[in-house]
Amino acid sequence: MSIPLLSTLIFFPILGGLSLLFIARDQTATLRMMALIITLIELLLVLPLFLLFDKTTPVMQFQEHHSWISALNINYSLGIDGISILFVFLTALIMVLSILVSWESISTKVKEFFIAMLILEGAMMGVFLATDFFLFYIFWEAMLIPMFLIIGVWGGPKRIYATVKFFLFTLLGSLLLLVGIILLYINGGQTFDIIKLAGQSYPLKLQLILFWAFFAAFAVKVPMWPVHTWLPDAHTEAPAAGSVILAGVLIKMGAYGFLRFSLPILPDATREMLLPMLILSVIAIVYGAIICLAQTDLKRLIAYSSVSHMGFVTLGLFALNQRGLEGSILQMINHGIITGALFLAIGMIYERTHTREIASYGGLASTMPVFAGFFLLFTLAAVGLPGTNGFIGEFLILLGGFERLPWTAVFAATGLILGAWYMLWLYQRLFFNEVKEEMRGLPELNLREIITLAPMVLLIFWIGLYPNALLSYLHVSVVHLLEQVHGGGVEGSIQSLSLALSP
Amino acid sequence: MSTTVAVNWAAVEPIIPELLLVGIAVLLIILDLFAPRQRQLLPWLTVVGCLAVGVMVLGSRPAVAFGGMFVIDGYAVFFKTLCLTGVVVTTLMSEHFRRISGMHQGEYYSLLVLSAVGMLIMASAGDLMILYLGLELMALPIYALVGLHKTDNRTSEAAIKYFLMGGFASALLLFGMSLLFGLTGTTDIASIARVIEVHALAGNPALAAALGLLIAGFCFKVAVAPFHLWTPDVYEGAPTVVTAFMSVAPKAAAFAVFGRVLFYGLPELQLHWGPILAVLALLTMAVGNITALCQRSLKRMLAYSSVAHAGYALLGLLAGTTQGLAATMSYLFIYLFMNLGAFAILILLATEGNPRETLDDCKGLAARSPIAAALMLVFFFSLIGIPPTAGFIGKFYLLKAAFSAGYILTVVGAVLFSAISAYFYLRVVRYMYMDEGEQNMVFHFSPGMIAALAFCVLGVLGLGIFPGLLFDWAGSAALAG
Repeated sequence: MSIPLLSTLIFFPILGGLSLLFIARDQTATLRMMALIITLIELLLVLPLFLLFDKTTPVMQFQEHHSWISALNINYSLGIDGISILFVFLTALIMVLSILVSWESISTKVKEFFIAMLILEGAMMGVFLATDFFLFYIFWEAMLIPMFLIIGVWGGPKRIYATVKFFLFTLLGSLLLLVGIILLYINGGQTFDIIKLAGQSYPLKLQLILFWAFFAAFAVKVPMWPVHTWLPDAHTEAPAAGSVILAGVLIKMGAYGFLRFSLPILPDATREMLLPMLILSVIAIVYGAIICLAQTDLKRLIAYSSVSHMGFVTLGLFALNQRGLEGSILQMINHGIITGALFLAIGMIYERTHTREIASYGGLASTMPVFAGFFLLFTLAAVGLPGTNGFIGEFLILLGGFERLPWTAVFAATGLILGAWYMLWLYQRLFFNEVKEEMRGLPELNLREIITLAPMVLLIFWIGLYPNALLSYLHVSVVHLLEQVHGGGVEGSIQSLSLALSP
Repeated sequence: MSTTVAVNWAAVEPIIPELLLVGIAVLLIILDLFAPRQRQLLPWLTVVGCLAVGVMVLGSRPAVAFGGMFVIDGYAVFFKTLCLTGVVVTTLMSEHFRRISGMHQGEYYSLLVLSAVGMLIMASAGDLMILYLGLELMALPIYALVGLHKTDNRTSEAAIKYFLMGGFASALLLFGMSLLFGLTGTTDIASIARVIEVHALAGNPALAAALGLLIAGFCFKVAVAPFHLWTPDVYEGAPTVVTAFMSVAPKAAAFAVFGRVLFYGLPELQLHWGPILAVLALLTMAVGNITALCQRSLKRMLAYSSVAHAGYALLGLLAGTTQGLAATMSYLFIYLFMNLGAFAILILLATEGNPRETLDDCKGLAARSPIAAALMLVFFFSLIGIPPTAGFIGKFYLLKAAFSAGYILTVVGAVLFSAISAYFYLRVVRYMYMDEGEQNMVFHFSPGMIAALAFCVLGVLGLGIFPGLLFDWAGSAALAG
């Protein structure tokens, strides 16, 4: 590969963001347009990856390798496999949406906002593309700076509390990860190369220590119960674009960390710690769903539903079989799309009513029928209606969980029922009942908003009806990952389950 | 009857840089006295002189002069460059501060340069006598600098406090040195190591006492808890530009002799000083970071942060390995950029008659001056240790060195305390970006200030992204010494 596609993905948005520095502060229309064009080009740049990607091999592709800090054997090395390619796509997509959603909602310090967003995009790309543990950590931490500012400067009334809490939670977790990385470096032959690190075996005791050090960072980011408390605050107070990025990409990074580091590098510890992880996942599913029922704030409800949905993701992950893992990765993409869409929709309605109180809404279906239609689709996808993408992911996860420990699937299924309850109840409270006085005469969605939401609907049905489009990228990489975890013999049959699912 | 004394000029060669600096210091006084209208020459001469000396230092070849008393090796060159950089950046910031605070004494630059001479001698000290000589030569001008701002009551208090504490620390050091001399019969640092090894003195209780006294003395100088109590008061009372200088250059010079004595003089005692320093480092990070949490004055907060960072820098020393020493050296260099940068912004905040040193004065800075706020953001994220700034990579190197040497709990402690430190640094960022402040403030960026800030921010970001060069230099310097 002669063209450094992956480096371009990282540095193009960063340089693009810096180019906004030269635009006058009051030219907000130009600034917005530039940010949109940059994210669209970035999305286009992902396309060649998909077209040129070789689905038959689990090795890293499009590799780039440069020596960086020779004193510490740190390299600038990038690459993607079947797992990260989906996240790269998700990131590029979510960024376009979040630029669109901040079109009118961001009115102060517009320039700084878009610069922060674009730098954030570059850092997020770096997280998914790095194949050097140290490089990964650089991007992982660097992401905190723009996110801290996005929540803290453009957020809601309690933004400062929320952003400081977010920063401190993630920083503390990440620093323990850093200690883990150093420990791994010293015991793993003085290298940060992920492939090399995964190819060695470590004593169980060391693996367990490392597992918990990694857990500190990844579990906070996911967020797993009981370290999830930053998420509702950050989600609620962040500007619409921030919430979309948080739900769409940021919290996926925790699960990606488990996939990329904990599972392949620490297979024995992962198998050893299976039960606690599954229990935490099930608690997150049921607890998150029950808390949702008690929420009176729109965004907070969606935030807690993320806790519940990410519980599904970690459940599938730690089921450690093919169905569970593929379901889990697919569900992350799905959740990114669905929750992203929900936050987009909530952002649009919030711009009209300026309230997030569920109680002050009612009867929107008669004032904004098009919006009601979109929201219904997103709600059904979140609930996991067959035919939407939410169903495929959750179904695979439940199968995987059942194969591993049947009772986890039983509890997780309860979460599904609770999920249907709170989402449909939310829909009822927002869109039906009698029309509230303040809800009369709200303008219907404009063209820009419809154009923003329409691709989400397409994606929901496309993945829902033809999941193989994404799953086919995963198979080989997931099988390879499972071989690493189980040391050769893969449990369960490796037949393409998606064939049976797609109509 | 007359005897001609044959002077061996060749012997003087290794100390030409120091002699040149002394000459410049004298010239500065003369210029100030006899050409009072040419005051703008003073900072220029200081910068140019330091640069000339810097070129000489960087190009110098390893040598030993005066029978081993004065050593030029990679280690000395590294610290000399570091201290000279500190002096240059401080000088660039000085004119702005002197204009605003009305601190017009011409001796200022001369004192700065004289203390730089002391630092250079410290970096090259191969003998305890030279070490002490350099230490005092560095400290005396700084006592005067701290008290230079005669209209401010706090500075007199700070100067007295610093003088007394500094004298006390020197006394401890001297006592330790005399014990060492009594035990080994030599003041040459390399010979001390040899005597201890040959005569198996490592278990001698008197040697332990000497080690304790030396560590206490050095810890006073680098402001390591529990010997840090003078720091907040002196740092707060001193003129801001002097505080900036003190928190960087003299601290680095003190670390230079600290490392020299421990690594080259007392390597046999590493089993003793390693754990002692580990406890002190943890205590320092705890005291520095936790006390900084409850400060309302930005200047005082930076003083406590400087204490905490001395604790981080100790992590490399206590590891007792070449890699550890290289990590400490690299961190001190990186710390120079980020700390001087943060102080430069603090100086910019001040206006005539109003020092503006509290946290509230940062409120709404982003609206008043986006550039100043963005720079402060970079420096503070570097002080927290977030990539891609140099603060992160430096701290990583330190943690890795201490970890490799087996101080796992110390590293975990360091990591937890740096998470705590994030809170008070972030509070300033929060005030700058997320609060409203008074709008009617105008910022004057003088050319010197622009140069200093550009240098610092380039250092922080450049070393953050490409630290390889610095690490290699520090690594080879630590090996060569």
